[in-house]
Amino acid sequence: MTRMTRKATRHTSQNEGLIFEKSSPGKAAFKLPPLDVPEVDAAQLLGSSERKDLGNMPEVSEIEIIRHFTRLSTWNYAIDLGMYPLGSCTMKYNPRVNEVVTRLPGLANGHPYQPEKISQGALRIIKTLSECLTEITGMEAITLQPAAGAHGELTGLLLVRGYLESKGNPRKKILIPDSAHGTNPATAATVGYAVENLKSNAQGMVDVPSLVAQMNEDVAALMLTNPNTLGVFEQEIHKIAEIMHAKGGLLYMDGANMNALVGKARPGDFGVDVMHLNLHKTFSTPHGGGGPGSGPVAVKQFLEPFLPKPVIVTKADGTLGFDYNRPQSVGRVRAFYGNFGMFTRALAYILANGPDGLRQTTEDAVLNANYIRKELEDVYDLPYSTPSMHEVVFSDKLQAKQGVKTGDIAKRLIDYGFHPYTVSFPLIVHGALMIEPTESESKQELDLFIEAMRSIAQEVQEEPQMVLEAPHHTRVSRLDEVAAARNPVLRWKPAAQ
Amino acid sequence: MAYPSDFKYTKEHEWIKADGKTGTVGITNYAQESLGDIVFVELPKVGTEITAGKAFGSVESVKAVSDLYAPASGTVTEVNTELATAPERINKDAHAAWMLKIRLKNPAELNGLLSAPDYEKFVAEEAGH
Repeated sequence: MTRMTRKATRHTSQNEGLIFEKSSPGKAAFKLPPLDVPEVDAAQLLGSSERKDLGNMPEVSEIEIIRHFTRLSTWNYAIDLGMYPLGSCTMKYNPRVNEVVTRLPGLANGHPYQPEKISQGALRIIKTLSECLTEITGMEAITLQPAAGAHGELTGLLLVRGYLESKGNPRKKILIPDSAHGTNPATAATVGYAVENLKSNAQGMVDVPSLVAQMNEDVAALMLTNPNTLGVFEQEIHKIAEIMHAKGGLLYMDGANMNALVGKARPGDFGVDVMHLNLHKTFSTPHGGGGPGSGPVAVKQFLEPFLPKPVIVTKADGTLGFDYNRPQSVGRVRAFYGNFGMFTRALAYILANGPDGLRQTTEDAVLNANYIRKELEDVYDLPYSTPSMHEVVFSDKLQAKQGVKTGDIAKRLIDYGFHPYTVSFPLIVHGALMIEPTESESKQELDLFIEAMRSIAQEVQEEPQMVLEAPHHTRVSRLDEVAAARNPVLRWKPAAQ
Repeated sequence: MAYPSDFKYTKEHEWIKADGKTGTVGITNYAQESLGDIVFVELPKVGTEITAGKAFGSVESVKAVSDLYAPASGTVTEVNTELATAPERINKDAHAAWMLKIRLKNPAELNGLLSAPDYEKFVAEEAGH
């Protein structure tokens, strides 16, 4: 390739097959001492339930297992290697202090079945995190049960439905802006609502006159992301809330982009009735392969009786416990109390930063996105000039003239040592490049990214074919996504003996 | 690619060709271009009632899943089953790869749709955004 990159270089990378292919009969990664207790006859104990055929399990030595997974791990790209600019995903750094706290033996070895009286520390963490999150969002009650964002949406809309049913009419429709995350309409449909699309205006915000026209007594709620997927703050949010409330509808906020608001603006103050948070986005718990996620749902007081059970309460003797006597609850949405390991991490993050630190985080996230916008807006088309919050959306309009699309630019970005940005989303921008740097990035890393993006823009003009064939420096070149989607091979099969 | 002048078009990028009481429905070349390589098409069964402006199926590409909107109301009389195994036909020639034939409820409904030159103008504006 003609162009050099300061961030990435080529490095020998170990080939690695499937672990099944390494297997040879009789090999094992462990050796047990001789049996010093009477042997149990499994067949006698289990009868017909005894399983003799364990299927095709790989038989490998310890070093083969270690090398297998270590080699595979070197093929990964991760936030610990560099910027991960997926828009609306908030792929921020996972601070190590989160891990230290979570591995404290009393927390790491806790079990959900241990009695409340010896779980007071864990319960205190759940309660303190709940209080921090309600304070940050300006809401009045919360459940930490949902396992991730879309699960939070589902829980939130079940609350909406539960509340409206208690009023005598669950209503029929959910309004969803055309810039919304795809999970929003899926959630509405899952909860049994019809979905009605709401158009955006020329600034990329909800078109208030359309909302007025579409809002009526059939509409249960509006699902709004704020800032929205264009990284634009909905400036008419108070008016939007009033329009919904005037006709008895609720305002649901998708909290995916909360990283732009923490410490600055509170959804509870601008009229939101129910919202979810993504601890794995805004509150620095692992996101993606490292999960699991956590999607708390915060509500105003009138929705509190409907929250999933159990809810945490302070008992008469001052200790904490769970209350299961919740007649209006929508029921459990998750086994036990949610993904507890994420609660300790999120709380560590909140307490380590403190109020001023969280506010600084928000400012830095917005500053970083706007720095990228300023440095790239002369070489990439900016379809909406409305001020950006924590992410910026370009389009491939200028590059498309050379036949190069957003997906091609993303593939080329891999050669420069970066994970691609979000491709082709939001759908209201034709050929979108959606970039969210988060506050984690230093100016140095941002400059490397900007240099890469500018260099690719120049390559598109000078040698578009090279960009169309990217990536060139990876283990495998461009994969045939179409063949994989049309004819998926879902499992490995042993070669015929 | 030219947009056939005997077709009518929707702003959601479907086309319909009327022949008496029968309408043939597909998606436009602009639609297939925006979607990219199509990997799956979900179509209604013969006998289904479809309503103008409402979704009647969906089309999935490697990029996105999009609803298909009925350009006119009617009853499905025939479905192009070839698309189930060969959705790439839509990418090859969107104006030949028809999806449905419907018995039109009201052929006059088509008068409200875009003509080929109007649709071309509409697409030029949308692509220019």
